[in-house]
Amino acid sequence: MQVIKAENLSKQYLLGSRQPNSVREVLTGVFARRSEPRHTLWALRDVSFSVSDGETLGLIGHNGAGKSTLLKILSRITKPTSGRASISGRVGSLLEVGTGFHNELTGRENIYMNGAILGMKHAEIKKSFDEIVAFSEIEEFLDTPVKHYSSGMYMRLAFSVAAHLDPEVLIVDEVLAVGDINFQKKCLRKMREVGESGRTVIFVSHDMASITRLCKRAIVLNHGSIVSDGPVEDVVSEYVAVEMGSRSERIFADEPQAVQSESVKFRKVRIVDADANTKGSFDIRQPIGVEMTYEVMSDGEILIPNLQLINQERVHVFTIHDVASEWSKRPKARGTYVSTAWIPGNLLAEGNFALNAAIVSYMPNQKVHLYVTDAVSFNVFDPMTGDSARGDFAGRMDGVVRPIVEWETTSI
Amino acid sequence: MTESKEITYIKPGGAIAALDLAEIWRYRELLYFLTLRDIKLRYKQTLIGVAWAVLQPILTTAIFTVIFSNFARFDTGAIAYPLFALSGLIIWLFVHTSVSFASSSFVSNANLVTKVYFPRLIVPIAATFGTLFDLVFGVIILIGMMFYFGVAVTSQILLAPLFVVLGILVAVTFGTLFSALNVRFRDVKFALPFLLQVWMIASPIFYPTSLLSEKWRLVFALNPLTGVIEGFRSALFGSAFDWTLIGVSVGSLLFFMLISLVVFKSMEDSFADVI
Repeated sequence: MQVIKAENLSKQYLLGSRQPNSVREVLTGVFARRSEPRHTLWALRDVSFSVSDGETLGLIGHNGAGKSTLLKILSRITKPTSGRASISGRVGSLLEVGTGFHNELTGRENIYMNGAILGMKHAEIKKSFDEIVAFSEIEEFLDTPVKHYSSGMYMRLAFSVAAHLDPEVLIVDEVLAVGDINFQKKCLRKMREVGESGRTVIFVSHDMASITRLCKRAIVLNHGSIVSDGPVEDVVSEYVAVEMGSRSERIFADEPQAVQSESVKFRKVRIVDADANTKGSFDIRQPIGVEMTYEVMSDGEILIPNLQLINQERVHVFTIHDVASEWSKRPKARGTYVSTAWIPGNLLAEGNFALNAAIVSYMPNQKVHLYVTDAVSFNVFDPMTGDSARGDFAGRMDGVVRPIVEWETTSI
Repeated sequence: MTESKEITYIKPGGAIAALDLAEIWRYRELLYFLTLRDIKLRYKQTLIGVAWAVLQPILTTAIFTVIFSNFARFDTGAIAYPLFALSGLIIWLFVHTSVSFASSSFVSNANLVTKVYFPRLIVPIAATFGTLFDLVFGVIILIGMMFYFGVAVTSQILLAPLFVVLGILVAVTFGTLFSALNVRFRDVKFALPFLLQVWMIASPIFYPTSLLSEKWRLVFALNPLTGVIEGFRSALFGSAFDWTLIGVSVGSLLFFMLISLVVFKSMEDSFADVI
């Protein structure tokens, strides 16, 4: 069943100060023929999608891509300029933590106030009041005006109220980054529970890790339009790839100076996944294939494809060349060849990598036939499912590589 | 279960939407809490808050009494001048306070308007209700004064609450109108104090309408407060109701309510974008 259905939602804003802000401006505006054309901006343009019951949808995009506008329209804070949408079920929307909190009111008063603002019934708040207080860890300060709270306490209380909102459709804007690490974890767990409890959730975040963790499906907005929509892993990798400006494929025939030597020339270098699809972003657990296509123009040389992996700090991580295939010892005849090197999953750390591609000969003389720096690049991300080398650790992990190694611990 | 689910429809604005009273009713708890918040913030914070609500009518009455019953000598009939002035003042002071308070209600609740949905009309209504305590204090003082002056109440006093309610409606109407205008035109802030001053002079607070000729009385009755204050006095002190005057004022109030609603409804869709 489709819970949310949006058809051609568009929102136009008038830009700049052209909108009259005082009565005088209105009056002068009436007499002065509109000399300047009004600057307009489509914050959202013909956005259509639907979300079915129990689906968790992540919204991704740059600042200004239209995510907030879309949330505001779905939350009925602002109206679309054109298009329509319908949402069935009680909608709870959380665009900010602690909306309506007032410094002069006590924690207790703010819980009721904020609950009412979020659309909770008095009885509901009463019912979950103890839970809210326990979750927020501020029992002792319940009857103190929140102006005396530390900012951490304030955010904890605010999030706790929000976390106990119990709608059928939940719309959440980036609100998870509150409090200390422990509280953040608690919030994430709570959010995941919400997603798993069968409620329909729309979630906006800049943090790809939390999007992949909380959502099954994602939509990318760019300049107010949907540019991709699909399973979260695909969409996120595609987005990250575009974001990082990585170039997962390079076709040399297209370039004015084809890279070639007397005996060999590159046709194509690309990064592929296990299904031979060109891809720029990889789940840390997946193997990464580097495929080189090259044309041999003279017979009889032993040509070895060679790759250098460079990370984003420009650390040369490793060099690999073909030592295993039959061609590592055998001269190649004229023709086109494809060599693929497989970098195993759970080896590289997260981040961006570039590859220098080369074709070399070691026998009889050492010779570099072709060498292209930064031929292709890709990105590695950790969806934080708990089975990578990270385990359940969510913080920053340093290191050039991140292998999963065997651990042995015995009590002696 | 799908049958019983409420469905939210999202459509472009534009046409002036009907006044959705059912929606406001659904959000009555928010109205209650916003009102409560305003009351708490007004009176809880400082003692001055309460003292102000009490002192303002008393001091103003005293000043009016000194000036208008000693020097100008308005003929207020059988009613002692302090009572006459106070009965008008408590209505006026309430309207004055709540309209000024409500006029800035959207601006001061901008964070709510841009982050949560609720029927926008709740904001100025809550702001108006939040100043109701001023009226309550005023009525208490008035009752005390009536005892002091030994006013003989008649059965007409039963109609007094009706005029208080009309007074509240006047406050809501103009509070709503100015709250909406203030979102769009920030010069309302400067114009309003002046408008309120003119309004006060045009209302029979310190002078009786009996001073005016019949024709002018009806012109003055176009000010909704004229009928409200005069009616309130008749109810309190048992003088004859001037139903023509009250009728004109109520008609005028209805007219202003309509204007206020139309203005509000035509502007509310853009509040979150403009504020």
